[in-house]
Amino acid sequence: MKVKQQRPKLGVFKFASCDGCQLSVLNLEDDLLALGQALDIAYFPEASSRMEAGPYDIALVEGSITTAEDAHRIRSVREQATVLMTIGACATAGGIQALRNWTDVESLKQIVYPSPQYIQTLGTSTPISVHVKVDLELWGCPIDKGQLLRVITDLLAGIQPHLSVDSVCLECKRRGNVCVMVAKGVPCLGPVTRSGCGAICPSMGRDCYGCFGPTDGTLKGSGYPPNTASLARQFHEELRLIPVEVVRRFRGINGDTESFKRESESWEKQM
Amino acid sequence: MAPEARGILPSADFQRLLDALHIRGYRIAGPTVRDGAVVWETIGQVSDLPISWRDHQEPGRYRLEQTGSAEIFGIVHGPQSLKPFTFAPREPLLQIKRTQGGFAAQPKLPQPEKVAVIGARACDLAGLAIQDRIFLNSSYQDPYYAVRREGLFIIAVNCTRALPTCFCASMDTGPRAKHGFDLALTEVDDRLVVEAGSEAGSDLLSALSLPPVPHNVIDEAAARVDACAQSQVRRLDHSRLPQALYDAHEHPRWDDVAARCLACTNCTMVCPTCFCHTVEETPDLTGQRTEHARLWDSCFTQEHGYIHGKNVRPTIKDRYRMWMTHKLASWVDQFGTSGCVGCGRCITWCPVGIDLTEELSALLMPCEQQSMTSRQ
Repeated sequence: MKVKQQRPKLGVFKFASCDGCQLSVLNLEDDLLALGQALDIAYFPEASSRMEAGPYDIALVEGSITTAEDAHRIRSVREQATVLMTIGACATAGGIQALRNWTDVESLKQIVYPSPQYIQTLGTSTPISVHVKVDLELWGCPIDKGQLLRVITDLLAGIQPHLSVDSVCLECKRRGNVCVMVAKGVPCLGPVTRSGCGAICPSMGRDCYGCFGPTDGTLKGSGYPPNTASLARQFHEELRLIPVEVVRRFRGINGDTESFKRESESWEKQM
Repeated sequence: MAPEARGILPSADFQRLLDALHIRGYRIAGPTVRDGAVVWETIGQVSDLPISWRDHQEPGRYRLEQTGSAEIFGIVHGPQSLKPFTFAPREPLLQIKRTQGGFAAQPKLPQPEKVAVIGARACDLAGLAIQDRIFLNSSYQDPYYAVRREGLFIIAVNCTRALPTCFCASMDTGPRAKHGFDLALTEVDDRLVVEAGSEAGSDLLSALSLPPVPHNVIDEAAARVDACAQSQVRRLDHSRLPQALYDAHEHPRWDDVAARCLACTNCTMVCPTCFCHTVEETPDLTGQRTEHARLWDSCFTQEHGYIHGKNVRPTIKDRYRMWMTHKLASWVDQFGTSGCVGCGRCITWCPVGIDLTEELSALLMPCEQQSMTSRQ
């Protein structure tokens, strides 16, 4: 994964999303100026009306694929990008809108819209990697701006960016937080969620809701992290969550990832 | 200890001790209630201490309760031992910048600071002694640890109440603080027996000019600590270690515990003796400067078991077995003591309540018997 090191061209593209991850880029504040020096921010409609045509050295992609048109458009972004990096849970894992993957979208359209015939949408919300080759995936809802900056720094330096699959607990304990699950009995997803956020929710006294996605490593499956089955059992047996609550816990922002999906579906059978 | 190395301090006068520490330039890290647990934070007044609070601990569960008593040290311990004071969770090591054709690295030692820690328990002192052996008394002395360690003044508290998760008596590390402290306190109703354990401790004790401790109070304090040891319900049978655990390498219980273990790292993070760390770079966007820092790491992470081209501990079972075998067995071969001090933190702070004493008992049972009692 090599990008031009002299002021590479950056494009930021939006698909089905809330724009929060793009806002995290803008929230870099002082660092944004340095970023503008180091990169040529050529296409970023959320930030600027100056929109330069591709190709781009780095394409940041926010949002999931929920329409036929977007499924086509992502191919064109891929063709124009040297490095394609997804930013956030929607682009990386389908996002909260992937809840539609368990429902009948046609019936939802009838309930929600007065004129459903104008709504053109796919029956699923899928991550970018289902459609095109993705070089790097940043998790989070929203992404951590420090992690984004670090990945761009690494790309500029010509080194392979490193994204940890450690649990949130590691960052939480390094910060000196008191474990919210043990001390308050709340169903925290931190033990099975990857770090990178700085354990932001437990630092505010609340439970992690898994927005950085499961701690799947290079080897996946039974016997490897994340051990969602053990955590779910603890939620049910000790923290007294009923099966539907366990389902909801795992079926959130990253509900359609393989390990969270397997866990929620196994509890759904007990409802 | 000669009798003049002891004094009695009424609990109501505890502020005198804090004032004496302040006069000597110490920042005081005392136990205080925060976010549903007791943690060590900078305190100034007696009222910052967890007076009248008690902690309840069991596997995977920690709760505080207010008793209404005037007890200062009713809480046994919180999630952290003394470890963060000396082995910092994140320690910047070097500032590195590019030079013409190379780079220059500047060591960045922590600022020396005098810190008085109040409320260390015997298990914490035992943990610190093990960390000292690793970071200070081995062939490579760690200068970062040394700076932090140098500034510590330790005021220990002898335990007069055991938690259900405590097993220091079976590890012979507590509940009485025998050495490694500057002052040790034993709370007896509305008084504290203060005992000096170092020259700095003796100086402070003299400065307080406390009255001598009546014999009956000395006896009562000793009896309460003894009763605390007697009341411990957990024990760790290390009589057949390390060999018995090496022999259990293929025991089916490892699969059983791996089905429960989250590999979340919490046990290693709260352990007073775990010393694993990683290093990271924090470069600036221009690639001209970077900070090289050390961070707490754990043998439960994916990368810990990664050596060039291969992960030697890919499964949760591999990691749990590695941790426990090192902690209780190969630690003995490596450092001459167990890596466990019996504080029970790994039991309380495991989100799914895995109990190392229970796992060890199961692992030391012959496989056939074990399968009868295995929970599944």
